[in-house]
Amino acid sequence: MISQIFSLAFLAQTIRITVPYALASLGGVYSERGGVTNIALEGIILNGAFSATVGTYYTGNPLIGVLCGIAGGLLTALIHAVVSINIKADQIISGIAINLFAVGITKFVLEILFHSSSNSDRIPGLPHIKLGFIEQSPDIARLFGNPLVLFTILIIVASQFIIFKTRFGLRLRAVGENPEAADTVGISVTLYRYYGVLISGALAGLAGTWLAFDQHSFTDGMSAGRGYIALAAMIVGKWNPLGAAAACLLFGFAESLQIQLQGAGLPTQFIQMIPYVVTIIVLAGFIGKAVAPAADGVPYEKEK
Amino acid sequence: MPYAIELLNITKRFARTVANDDVTLKVLAGSIHALVGENGAGKTTLMETLYGLYQPDAGAIRIHEKEVTIKSPHDSIKLGIGMVHQHFMLVPPLTVLENIVLGAETTKNFFIDLKKTTAEISELAEKFSLNVPLTEKVENVGVGIQQRVEILKAIYRKADILVLDEPTAVLTPQETVQLFKILAELKEQGKTIVLITHKLNEVMAISDHVSVMRKGKIVGHLETPKTNPQEIAQLMVGRPVLLRVEKSEHKAGAPVLGVKELTYVDRRGVEALKSVSLDVASGEILGIAGVEGNGQSQLVECITGLIRPTSGSITINGVEIVGLNAREVFARGLAHVPEDRIKRGLVIDLSIKENLILSLQALPQFSSRLSMKRAEITSNAELLIQKYDVRPPDPNAITRGLSGGNQQKVIIARELSRNAEVIIASQPTRGVDIGGIEFIHRTLVTARDSGKAILLVSADLNEILSLSDRIAVMYSGRIVKIFPDNKVEESELGLYMTGSNQELIREAK
Repeated sequence: MISQIFSLAFLAQTIRITVPYALASLGGVYSERGGVTNIALEGIILNGAFSATVGTYYTGNPLIGVLCGIAGGLLTALIHAVVSINIKADQIISGIAINLFAVGITKFVLEILFHSSSNSDRIPGLPHIKLGFIEQSPDIARLFGNPLVLFTILIIVASQFIIFKTRFGLRLRAVGENPEAADTVGISVTLYRYYGVLISGALAGLAGTWLAFDQHSFTDGMSAGRGYIALAAMIVGKWNPLGAAAACLLFGFAESLQIQLQGAGLPTQFIQMIPYVVTIIVLAGFIGKAVAPAADGVPYEKEK
Repeated sequence: MPYAIELLNITKRFARTVANDDVTLKVLAGSIHALVGENGAGKTTLMETLYGLYQPDAGAIRIHEKEVTIKSPHDSIKLGIGMVHQHFMLVPPLTVLENIVLGAETTKNFFIDLKKTTAEISELAEKFSLNVPLTEKVENVGVGIQQRVEILKAIYRKADILVLDEPTAVLTPQETVQLFKILAELKEQGKTIVLITHKLNEVMAISDHVSVMRKGKIVGHLETPKTNPQEIAQLMVGRPVLLRVEKSEHKAGAPVLGVKELTYVDRRGVEALKSVSLDVASGEILGIAGVEGNGQSQLVECITGLIRPTSGSITINGVEIVGLNAREVFARGLAHVPEDRIKRGLVIDLSIKENLILSLQALPQFSSRLSMKRAEITSNAELLIQKYDVRPPDPNAITRGLSGGNQQKVIIARELSRNAEVIIASQPTRGVDIGGIEFIHRTLVTARDSGKAILLVSADLNEILSLSDRIAVMYSGRIVKIFPDNKVEESELGLYMTGSNQELIREAK
């Protein structure tokens, strides 16, 4: 039975579930490293999924769909940036408002374009890249031939370097830890906070895009709390790209296990608890104290 | 010699107050210029305007004899101006190197060029004897090092004008000597230095010129060798000031507060107090000198019932108080002027009259069974405000709006009004200006003369030396030395405070 559960198909399923978590979680890292709390991830994912669906449906071209998904995420994040950075409103409230707004607007436009309150028409998926060396295993080939999977792996590794080794990363972290200090050495706090929030918009929009292509359609409320899980993963991963991705992989694994075990004759109520029990155990047992960037969630006031 | 900085007729207003009123300040290139004045006199605002953090409402700035506009720190850095702020502008979780290069990074293929940067900074550090551990995180180094990081930050940006805002406020006497050596070295190499301070001995020790500000105006430009502390103090305050505390010989009575073998282990398992013993008699001030963070705070918190010692005993007139909470300790005759007045001493958004009865509110004097006695509370406030010269003299004024000195007076008025036998005064004049310090010191001495037992904790050695009848030095959770009088040199105290003279300490045991 064990070998049945932990098959290549199981691995493929785990990765499939992990990708959107990882993208959104990474987005959270960029935003919060720069000092803007981003619980709007949930709404950004939803808007990204919807924009990608609409883009693909009307052009028939999935690549344009991807661009639309990113654009949808960027625009939603832009609202959060203006409200949090320029207007200096409470970032949690802005996030909640955006999440509620996303549920409403997607449902409303869904009704207009597809005459349905629950789901869109079917869209094609992303074209696959042929990778010769793993062709013998169709599950794996389909997965790693997906350009978004490759991109996700690439961006996770690259982000670790971007945030900790480059000029951009240094400035972003400075702005999130002590904006006043950054200001006094001539770094624009506003600009770098915009960068952080907008990158999170693009990545979470891409997470939504993945969901839409994975399902070949948009369904009402399809983000289904993934933005919040991504945020939790970011904290478990201590605001580090690799850490956040590892936490996402753990959630993906637990969720995948839950799906796999549903046919195994155990009470479903117990099985459905698995991902959450894993989360609690990991949070309580294995991760030390997670320290957020010092200025995370605090608007920067220049002249006091 | 040419001028490095000329601030001409600068005026800067905030909402209702005029922080700088038609201020003109000229600083000679290659000199050390002290800018002195009381808190709120406008020194920091003037220098932050020079640094581009504020825009002046009127006036002009000339740097190296050229008229300039400075819109942001970006501009001032380009003009060769560096500023070391009073509250360090460092990012604690970043390394020393990252903090130094932040905003002026050298990159190579997208990455910060660590090799080249390390070499550059090491060379500068060598040249100006500014040793810092480059790969250590700033949160793990002491304030003395942090200050060097700030100076290196400015020099790395090729600053030839360096403004330091109250640089010695956080330093030990030894570190201050070190800093002054560095400043002298910088001057030697042709840098211009502006030093904001209110410590007059520092002005005399290191500056070439001194400008005095009061209430947003410049009230005097003096050449340091041709003036004296008395003259500067008078200009700062606007009236003659007593720089020395006048006090009679002390007549100590019987011990009132007794601390015996007090040990405290904090939550992280660190032994913050290691078998501390001392006593304070009625009619004396026992001063505790020490660099902050050597157990003074824990000692005060144990005595005042805020934390519970791991072992040992504390008595007031022979009665054990360990295990009692703060309220019960107060009832046994203790008053407490806490080190952090905003966090522990006041409820900052309440009025003066309400703050004046904090912890006394349940007394029958101020409350009946169902309601507060408003008239009594107000008349209590009016009396104390007058006696302690609190400004504004309005019982209903919100405490947040008061200056630091007046907030401190509110606390001292309240604590002394409870007529306790033991007074614990922790950093009683931190952030208080010369006029206020004089008043607070006189009040404490008067309390001593009336027979109170006073435990004074202060990081300010001048304060310890001028107020104390006996001096205890704390280092690393221990009392390493108790001097039977206050006739001791600052430098000797410093040795005990930094634990740098282990032999002396062993001898003392």
